[in-house]
Formats: sequence, structure tokens, C-alpha cells
Amino acid sequence: MADEVLFDLLHLELICTYASSADECKEFDVSKLETIGFYTGYRLVERLTREWARFKDELDIMKFICKDFWSSVFKKEINNLRTNNQGVYVLHDNAFRFLTKVTNSNQFLSSTPKYLAFTCGLVRGALMNLGITSVVTADVSSPPSCKFQVVAQRM
Amino acid sequence: MSRQILKVADSKKVSSELFALTYGSLVSQILKDYENDEDVNKQLERMGHNIGVRIVEDFLARTNAPRCHDLRDTADKLQTAFKLYLGLSPVVSNWNPAADEFSLLLDSNPLTEFVELPEGHHTLKYCNILAGVIRGALEMVQMEVQTWFVQDQLKGDNTTELRVKFVRRLEEAVPVGED
Repeated sequence: MADEVLFDLLHLELICTYASSADECKEFDVSKLETIGFYTGYRLVERLTREWARFKDELDIMKFICKDFWSSVFKKEINNLRTNNQGVYVLHDNAFRFLTKVTNSNQFLSSTPKYLAFTCGLVRGALMNLGITSVVTADVSSPPSCKFQVVAQRM
Repeated sequence: MSRQILKVADSKKVSSELFALTYGSLVSQILKDYENDEDVNKQLERMGHNIGVRIVEDFLARTNAPRCHDLRDTADKLQTAFKLYLGLSPVVSNWNPAADEFSLLLDSNPLTEFVELPEGHHTLKYCNILAGVIRGALEMVQMEVQTWFVQDQLKGDNTTELRVKFVRRLEEAVPVGED
């Protein structure tokens, strides 16, 4: 079992490597963080759902992401899940782990996006492997709480 | 479905899988970013170094470990750290006569649990981050060491052997900067 500290530090180091360079190429750099998250999520969810019954529908999958997936990665569940029943889901985490260690005030609001990119990819990758193509974005209004928005692409 | 039961049983295991998978994704991204494996090794070592300088504080705070008197002491501490963070007990062996060099033998490695090296990466040191972590952590307790992999299970060796060589004691006065 790898200790959580190790994972937190590795995540921090990912950010330092891929998102600390000059601001003009920020978009590009965050996309690499997102990619790393994507492949991690894609593979991880295979391990997590090995012995699960088939999911009933999209909402069932989202509930799995909010509860089991989230607690296995972040040791807590998503606090609030909302949906418009048309493929848009908003996952609200009141104390997002990667932010709780960074800030709890608005002072560093501008530098929070890079702490979310990996996780956006993680969720997108997990959903992809469960058969949902999606776009995942995150936004922070008052750290350490944040919202992940999942827009499932309908075929 | 017995979903609840499975969850409890798996929760400890998942965190190490998460770590291994994240590291794997990172390595594959770095392989895309750099042309040759040597640069990848260097980059991984550098990242490990940065993790090492931070993780040593966590280690000291948790274990209340006092200063090491000699390198054998240090080797024991490294063993404890591996146990604490990766759940591994490496074997310390192959001391040289001068007792300033030793090897850590890892028979199982959580980082490489799901890994197969692709063709054409013979010089890639997949776990080089570990070498960096050790160097970084020891630097923070005033020891300069060199670390490198001698054997690697991913390359068909029987065991993974990480060699640690003591270089010198760092003086208090010298500010220790990052790479």
C-alpha cells in the first residue's frame, strides 16, 4: 500500500513539471496534466469495477463515480450531485483534497485550476472506460470547495 | 450485490494501484516529451529529488527518528521509510569494505505492478524516481549520496537492486538549493 502522502507529493510534482512554466503556454501544459489523469482514470476504473454488476444507466455510473470512485481516490464522497437529466452533471466537493492542503482563502484563486486538471482527466478517463464520452471541467469559487461539471456527449 | 464488502476489502489496495497507475501515466507522458531515454531518466530523478526533500519532513515528524550515526543506521532508516510509504521491506546488502556503499534489494516493486517495458527503451530506468527520492531526502539531513539502479526486474534481472553510495557530509553553513 502506497502512503497517501506519497500520492499527494507525486501530484504536486506533476503540477510543478507541467504547469509551472510561463503563463502563455498554460493551456497547453494543463492539457498534459489532464492527459495523465485520463490514462490513470481509464486504467484505475478497470481495477475498481472488476467485480461489479453491470451498471443500469448513466445515472448509476455517475453515482458510482461520486461514491466509490471518489472515496477510493480521495477517501471521501462527493458532497452533492446535480443533473439536468440531459447529460449534464455537477459534482460538488466541499473540501477537495488537492485544494485543502493548498489554500482555504480566495487569495490564490487564480492558481487553483492547475490543481484540478489531473482530476478532470481522472473522471473523464473513468467515464470513457465505462462507455460515456464526456467533457469534464472544474471550477472553484471558494476554496477548498469546488465543482466538477461533466457533460456527457450523446451519440 | 455485495458491493459494500468489496469496497472495504479493496480500499487499501486501491491507493497503491492509484499511485502505480499515476506514475505509469506520468512516465509515458515524459517519454513522449523527451527524445531519448537518458533525458527521461534525468527528469524522473529530478522529480524524485523534489519529492524526497519534502517527504523527509513527513518521515521525521512521524517516526521521531534521531540523527543517523553511520551509514548502517541510514540504511535501516531507509528500510523503515520504504515500509512506511510503499509497504515494502527491501533487503540491505552488498556492503563494500569501506562501508560507504550498500544496495537495497527490492524483490517486489509496487511501482512496476502493471508495467511492461515497450521495445526500444533499454536504457530507460523506469523506477528512477526512487533513486531521486532517496538522494533528495538524504540531502535534507546533510548527506550527499549517489544512487543508481544496478539491476532491474523489468529488464529481466532476478531482483531490483538500488545502489547507494555515500559521497560526503554536507556542512550546515552551505545552503542546499534545488537542482
